[in-house]
Parts: sequence; C-alpha cells; structure tokens
Amino acid sequence: MPAKGKIVVNDFYCKACGLCVSVCPTQVIQLAPERLNVRGYHPAEQFQDGCIACATCAMVCPDAAITVYRLTPVAEQEA
Amino acid sequence: MTELQYKETVVFERPTALTPTQTTYCPGCTHGVAHRLIAEVIDEMGIRDDTIGVAPVGCAVFAYRFFDVDFVEAAHGRAPAMATGIKRSLPDRFVFTYQGDGDLVSIGMAEITHAAARGENITVIFINNANYGMTGGQMAPTTLPGQKTTSSPTGRDVELAGYPIQMAELIASIQGTSYVVRRSLHDARNIRQAKKAIRTAFEVQKRGLGFAMVELLSTCPTNWHLTPPDAMNWLKENMLPVYPLGDYKIHDAVKSAGI
Ligand SMILES: Cc1ncc(C[n+]2csc(CCOP(=O)(O)OP(=O)(O)O)c2C)c(N)n1
Ligand code: SF4
Ligand code: SF4
Ligand code: SF4
Repeated sequence: MPAKGKIVVNDFYCKACGLCVSVCPTQVIQLAPERLNVRGYHPAEQFQDGCIACATCAMVCPDAAITVYRLTPVAEQEA
Repeated sequence: MTELQYKETVVFERPTALTPTQTTYCPGCTHGVAHRLIAEVIDEMGIRDDTIGVAPVGCAVFAYRFFDVDFVEAAHGRAPAMATGIKRSLPDRFVFTYQGDGDLVSIGMAEITHAAARGENITVIFINNANYGMTGGQMAPTTLPGQKTTSSPTGRDVELAGYPIQMAELIASIQGTSYVVRRSLHDARNIRQAKKAIRTAFEVQKRGLGFAMVELLSTCPTNWHLTPPDAMNWLKENMLPVYPLGDYKIHDAVKSAGI
C-alpha cells in the first residue's frame, strides 16, 4: 500500500505557478478556484485525499511554499 | 466506530536559511528552486552563521534579501572577484557567488575565468536561462541558435552573433579548477541531483580543495513566453541537447576525499 500523506501550502509564498499541480502523480493539487492570497493569486491547495507524501510537488516549488507530511496510523489507546 | 488517528511526520519543509520573504521572481521561475536548494544545503551542513553570499546583477540582484546569511552585492559580473577578496581575508567562511548567464558569461567573463585559473577556494552557482531575464529577455552568450529573444527577433543567427558558450566545458578546461558540473532544474529528479552537486561544491570548499562551479539550467517562463510547466519542457527539449548534463571536472583530490 502506498504511504499516506498530506501537504499544506503556505498562501503567503505561493504564486500560483501551477508547477506542483502539473507534477503531482496522484493529481490531488489544484489552484483554489474561489480563494485569493494577498497578492491576488489563486494559491495551490490539496483538494482531495490520495497524497502519497512523495514530495515531488515540494521539490519543484520555486517558492518553498509546500510542507509535506507523512501520516502513520496511531494504534487505538486502551481506555 | 472511532475514526483512525494519524501521526504527522514532516517529510519536507521550507529551509530555515531562506528569510520569511516573498521573492521578486516571476511565478514558476526556477531561480527560486536554485535558492531553495542552496538554503537546504546550508541548513544540512549547519553553516548558516559562516556563509557569505555574493549577489549578481540580474533578476537575482535582491538575492541578499532572500537568504538568511551574510551577503554582499557585486557590480555586474564581478562577483568572483569580490568572493576572492572575501575568502582570502576570511578563509574560515563559506563564500559563494550566485550569477546569471548575462552576469557570468557576458560582462563577467574575465572575472570568472581568472578566479577559476587561480583556483580560488570559492563556490560558484551559475544560473543558465539562455537570456537576460531582468532587462527584458535579450540575447545572452548562452542563447540557443535560432532562439528568438527581444534582441534576436528572428532567432539567433550564429553567423552574426556566434555560437552559445558552454561554460561548464570551458571552465573545466582550466587547470586551476577542482569541481565543475552541469545540472538542470526541469523536473524533480534533476532537481534532487542538482542539490547533490551543490552540496559537493560546498564540501569541496569546506576541505579547501579549490574552485567549484555548478551550472544549473534554469527557466525564464516570462521572457520565453511560456507557462511554467511548458517552460520546464522547453528547457528539456531545447537546452539539454546544447548543454549536456554531466561532470566536466572532478579533480583527483575531490575524488579521493570521497565527497
Ligand atoms: C554595467 C551594467 N551593464 C548592463 C546592465 C544592465 N543589465 C542588468 S541585468 C543584465 C543581465 C541579466 O541577465 P542574467 O545575468 O542572465 O540574469 P537573469 O536576469 O536572466 O537572471 C544587464 C545586461 C547593468 N545593470 N550594469
Ligand atoms: S509550485 Fe509552489 S508557488 Fe507554484 S503553485 Fe505550487 S505551491 Fe504555489
Ligand atoms: S507529496 Fe506527492 S502525492 Fe502528495 S501532493 Fe505532493 S506531489 Fe502529490
Ligand atoms: S524575468 Fe525570467 S529569470 Fe527573471 S524572475 Fe522572471 S522568469 Fe525568472
């Protein structure tokens, strides 16, 4: 099973260049259609599940706007 | 049923050697990628307090604002001369220049060549985007044959304007150099390899092994009149054949240092 992950894009840095959108192997990134950042760009965002934490998006991001997390299930605590 | 809880581990985050500033680069310009890679290397080597950058004239003229390390601004093309003075007077610092192809191959051709010939113990990061970005996309010495720019509107005519200068090959031919390679920033795999080369170039300086230059093929979506993803493809299809990637000089001393 592929790793499970998520990304968080920092709106302050994002310039909506679309490079992350174009390289994501699972196509879970879009430029937010309804949202603008302070510079008037539609920032990138993860819009659906399926991120595999490969960091390809972060690797091509010229504005170092993306943080990538790996998600690992935590065993249920006994009460 | 309770929802599954997840532990979050950071796989990648913005390097701390970058200031919390928006850069002046156009959207999708890989100058930003080159900055990020240098900052990652500075973080990983733990040399933020010991690094001095030398900024060029060109789109990277404000590089000193984007790195959280000491920086000076050189006159056009003179960064290797300034870096020479700084490194010779402060030999325990990591001194690097960051230069475009107009800066390094046109007006600064003399300074880079002689710094290489002297084997100065500095690191040169050379951004080749095949034009003068800052001033509106004029022809550079690195412009490809047939490439349209604002000063070669019908395409570079080699009969009139000469052939592109392959800097990595040229500098590697100089006896004084230690590490000279060309990498590209057009996709994630190549970006990872570019980072390794930047790390090696700084390690060469750390060990006092002499002159290191990393040429990075880079995009200029604005003056190429392409979207950022199309600019990545244009680089791959048009620049790679003229500027083959590779290791052009790895001195025996660098090889035996195992870096
Ligand atoms: C002495 C001098 N000559 C010319 C210029 C005009 N000028 C500014 S930037 C530049 C070239 C920049 O091109 P490059 O080094 O390729 O960097 P880029 O902007 O593409 O990153 C020129 C010719 C100048 N500022 N100073
Ligand atoms: S690559 Fe970076 S700057 Fe470009 S759209 Fe994605 S997050 Fe924004
Ligand atoms: S880490 Fe990989 S899968 Fe996740 S959003 Fe980025 S490119 Fe897509
Ligand atoms: S003009 Fe070209 S090189 Fe300069 S910041 Fe814009 S895209 Fe980058």
